[in-house]
Parts: sequence; C-alpha cells; structure tokens
Amino acid sequence: MKKIFEIPLYPYARSADQDAPAPVRHKVVVVGAGPIGLAAGIDLAQQGIEVLILDDNDKVSFGSRAVCYAKRPLEILDRLGCGKRMVEKGVEWNVGKVFFDDRLVYEFNLLPEEGHQFPAFINLQQYYFEEYMVDRIRELQKEGAPIEIRGRNKVAAVADHGDHVAIEVDTPEGPYNLTADWLIACDGANSSIRSMMGLDFVGRVFEDNFLISDIIMEADFPTERWFWFDPPFNRGQSALLHKQPDNVWRIDLQLGWDIDKEREKRPENVIPRLKAMLGEDVEFELEWISIYTFQCRRMEKFRHGRVIFAGDAAHQVSPFGARGANSGLQDTDNLCWKLKLVMDGKAPESLLDSYDFERIHGADENILNSTRSTDFITPKSEISRIFRDAVLDLSEHFEFARPMVNSGRLSVPCTYDGSPLNSADALLGGPARTRPGSPCPDAPLGDEFLLPKLGGRFTLLTIDADAPDVIEEDGIEVTRLALSVKDDPTLALKERYLGDAESAVYLIRPDQHVAARRPSFDENIFRAAIRRATGKE
Amino acid sequence: MAELNLQPNIDDPDGFYAELLAAHEGLEKVESDALNARLVLVLANHIGDRHVLRQALAAAALKKED
Ligand SMILES: Cc1cc2nc3c(=O)[nH]c(=O)nc-3n(C[C@H](O)[C@H](O)[C@H](O)COP(=O)(O)OP(=O)(O)OC[C@H]3O[C@@H](n4cnc5c(N)ncnc54)[C@H](O)[C@@H]3O)c2cc1C
Repeated sequence: MKKIFEIPLYPYARSADQDAPAPVRHKVVVVGAGPIGLAAGIDLAQQGIEVLILDDNDKVSFGSRAVCYAKRPLEILDRLGCGKRMVEKGVEWNVGKVFFDDRLVYEFNLLPEEGHQFPAFINLQQYYFEEYMVDRIRELQKEGAPIEIRGRNKVAAVADHGDHVAIEVDTPEGPYNLTADWLIACDGANSSIRSMMGLDFVGRVFEDNFLISDIIMEADFPTERWFWFDPPFNRGQSALLHKQPDNVWRIDLQLGWDIDKEREKRPENVIPRLKAMLGEDVEFELEWISIYTFQCRRMEKFRHGRVIFAGDAAHQVSPFGARGANSGLQDTDNLCWKLKLVMDGKAPESLLDSYDFERIHGADENILNSTRSTDFITPKSEISRIFRDAVLDLSEHFEFARPMVNSGRLSVPCTYDGSPLNSADALLGGPARTRPGSPCPDAPLGDEFLLPKLGGRFTLLTIDADAPDVIEEDGIEVTRLALSVKDDPTLALKERYLGDAESAVYLIRPDQHVAARRPSFDENIFRAAIRRATGKE
Repeated sequence: MAELNLQPNIDDPDGFYAELLAAHEGLEKVESDALNARLVLVLANHIGDRHVLRQALAAAALKKED
C-alpha cells in the first residue's frame, strides 16, 4: 500500500493562467503548501479573499517531520475547520519520563488545566496534518470559496513593484507569469524567495547531527514522551522516543558533529542502533530516516513591502520544544485578519507592521527557549556538561533540580506585551494571563466552550457588565458576547477573566488575543481601543 | 532587596574549610568537579533570590558588578 506522502494530492494540471495573453492578477499568492502556507490559504479563503497557493511539489510532507502539536495551534486549526479531525486521529499524551545513564531520574505530568476544549498536546505525523488541511481546501472549494492550489508550480522569480508583486512560475510545461496584490512566502527554511530578494537569515547553527527515525512497531511502551541523557545505547549523546498514530514511533538519536551522514542513514547502520535501544527481539519496520542539523535563526524583518514571510521561511528553531509548525501557525493567525482589513480598506497598511512587531517577539521567545534547550541537551563545553550532569543527578534525589532539567520547553503561545495594538490594562485585580496582548485561554460554558464563540472577528466580551450589542468604529464591526460568571459553574471563566474584579469588558481581536480590558463599558475608551487595535492610533 | 553578604558570615571558618576539603577527599578530579557543580546548584537554590545570585556570580568572577 502506498503511504499518503507518496500520493500526489494536488497533481500538476495546466491552468488557464498559463495561456493568458497577459499575466493574470490574483489577490493573494501563497508560496508553499507546507502547514503554514496551507493555513494561510484556508484562513484567507474563509474570509472570502481570493487566494492561490503554489507549491513546487505535489505531495504532503515526505516523512513525518513535525509530530507534536500544542493546544493553541489546535484551537487555531479548529477555527480553520480541521482541528477536531487532527485530535481524533492524534495521540494525546501527558506523561514524560527523563532517563540519565541507565536510570529513570524523574517523571512529569503536564497536568493539563481542566476546562479547555483541546488537549495540551497531540502527536500526529505532519503528513496527516497536511492531508487534512488539503481536504479542508477541497471542502472549501466545493462550497465555492475562492481558493486554488497548484502543484509542481515552482516560484522562480519575485519582484515587488510597490502596488503589486510580479511572479514567475516554473512548471513541467514551462514557465508563466502572474501578478498578485500580496504575496505570502511560506516556502520553508531554505526559502528561495528570501534568497532571491537577497534577505538575511542570521542566527546560530548547532554543531550536531540528529538521526530521526520513524519506525512501525507493535510495542507496549506507554503513550509517553521518553527522553534519555547519555544512555548506555547512545553514550555521551541523547535520545527521544515518542508515539504517533498507526503504531509509528519517533526516535531521535543524537550523533554528534563529525559523522558521515550518508553512511549513518543506511538501514544497515540504523537498525543496530535502534536494536541497541529497543532490545534485540523487538520487531520493527523503518518508515522514514533522516539526519538533521539544527539552527536557530530569523529574518530581521518579516514584512518586505507586499511580500510577507511566515513560518520556517521567516524563522527556524531546533525541534526541541516543538515550536516550528506550532509557531508558524500563530504567524498566519496573526497576519490574515490584518491583511483582510488592509485589503478591504478598513485599516492602514501600517497595521501590517504590527505583524512584524508581534511575530518577531514570538520568534525571539521561541529561539530563546529552543536555544536554551539545545544547550542543555547538547552541552558545548566540558563545564556545561558538568553542570548539566549535576542537574540530572540532583533531579533524581531532590525536587528543586527538576525544573532545571530541560529536554525541550514545549510550545506555548506568546503574549504580545508592549504591542502597539494593545491598550493599557485597566482591569484592576484582573488575571495576568489575560492582560492585553495575551491569547485568550479557553473556558467551559456548560456543554460548550468560549473560544469557538469568539470565532475570528472582533468581539466585545462582557462578563457581568453592560454594553451595546454592536459597535461600529470606522468600518470595524465589533459584536458583543455577553457572559456571566454563572455561565460556568466550574468558575474557570471567573478565574481566567475576572480574577479579583467583579465584572469585565474585554476587546478581543480576530486572532483571539486581548486588545483591551476594563471593569465596565465606556464608549469613548473602547472606540479608541478599536482604533488602536487596527493600527489607527 | 536583599544584598549579597560579602562579610565574614560562617562560624568557625577553619572548621567549615576542613569539611569542604573532606567532602572532596579521595575523589578523582571528575568526581570533584561534579561535586562542586552539585554544591553550587544546591546553594544557589537555597539562596533563590536572582539579584543575590547575580551579585554572587559577579563576586566569584572577581569583577566589579555592573
Ligand atoms: C525532524 C523534525 C521534527 C520536527 N518536529 C516538530 C514538532 O514536533 N512540532 C512542530 O511544531 N514543528 C516541528 N518541526 C518543524 C516543522 O516541520 C516546520 O516548522 C514546518 O514544517 C514549517 O512549515 P512551513 O510551512 O513553514 O515550511 P515547510 O513545511 O518546509 O513547507 C515549505 C513548502 O514550500 C515549498 N516550496 C519551497 N520553495 C518553493 C518555491 N520556490 N516555489 C513553490 N513552492 C516552494 C516546499 O515544497 C514545501 O512544500 C520539526 C521539523 C523537523 C525537521
């Protein structure tokens, strides 16, 4: 049977654009049909914006690549119409074990907070993740949404002409030209658009190689994340075992710097390594083998006129912490509503600069976390190894050392503190986690949940406070969601949104981040907050 | 804010010094290095205060604090 990643899901087909006498103009062209490009396409199409996705390939991700998806991206994907299917297929996990040498030093439970629609994490192969998004695009097309995806359409040249972007595309039948109002570059870590435009991508390369194997095995290991520091089967290095759906297991083995990659990738060299880890008699089949060198770097700016970078094209992190795809999805979540307002003439183009501010903040946070994890996992000097081992030895005996063990700080969304779109926090006693700039935490409302009710538009969330049902400020319509602490007997809503306050009014952006909050409604203040949140103040 | 104490603060300094050396007695260099690292971490956790820890790092480097 063929694997899903071996089947062309969007095979090349000649488009009328290739026979047009002059380059056809599109509203938005997205380059790259990885997770981020697909998310951008779906988001824009759901908002009624005509969008064309071009990819130089015609299949989903070869091999599993990203496997670990966090709550916030799943909430975003739910809004995009594919989150629930991913959770159904995915494997949920909460327990992690840390081994040092030949012993278990400690065990943690993510203990996910109650009252959220989505789990803290699921594991799912990237190829399924992308397949479900392609299915979603097909569904949108059936509903008549203006979205198209063209396989084996490789972008060969891009030029920003100030009021449009000119694009040259290579296909199996030769090149053709297009123009677009906007171009979103989601063409991955080796972004050719970035190089064509001569843009920098600076950061740090970690002098290390990791052998990534996906194997199929019937094993009775529990659904947990197991991480080894310096195990007997991979001396001086680290190892990771993690479960995916369909009995596929992800195994990462650190190999060090001075290796022959081609040799190490051969099955006759991989199999003995895996047997040393899993035991001689364990039966398994190799699904995908790859060797990676990790980098932490980002572009200096993500927006370059009408060309906007997102996902790995804009920033790259080491996989420890699962922050690549997870953070890329937050890029497009941040960008698409802003682009929609600018395209509709309801916000100034400068609103897009807040995408730079906010997502560079996010990228820096991810790079910092992922760099620190990598430094712990792969100590770069004798003394850093001595301290690392000291932390691990102590963690076996004393609780205080456990928070210092860093086998990857798992992806959490960032709070846009200091963003130009935030209004000052005016809710005395309000919880810190919902201060302006924060992503809204979910909360249960009887049989339902809060986040789906916020949806993808500006919302005035009132909790035991009065406000008009709708306010319109300079083309931006804000609808009220009226709640009471009584709507949630578990009191999660109160704890997450009121804290010590008696009542609250929140202005929430389409990407479900808080723009402003106060104890009660005040028309002038909220009108100003709406203007601010749309780049007009 | 608490400040790092750089004045004599240990009763019987000779006794403490002897215990410190005794803890390392008979250890190989690698074992001693590991013990020292664990000791630093245990003490640092006990202090907890990041400001004091930063002052301690600066003091140990024999450089003036910024
Ligand atoms: C081993 C490994 C494990 C990982 N684990 C995790 C994890 O657990 N969680 C997580 O969140 N992330 C993880 N990641 C990171 C994750 O895979 C990436 O962050 C994610 O794939 C980035 O998505 P993207 O859409 O930006 O780019 P990509 O997935 O790289 O997609 C780019 C697309 O652009 C296309 N393209 C490139 N150039 C052109 C061109 N000129 N014209 C047209 N199309 C073009 C490519 O064909 C490709 O389809 C992992 C990565 C690796 C390697």
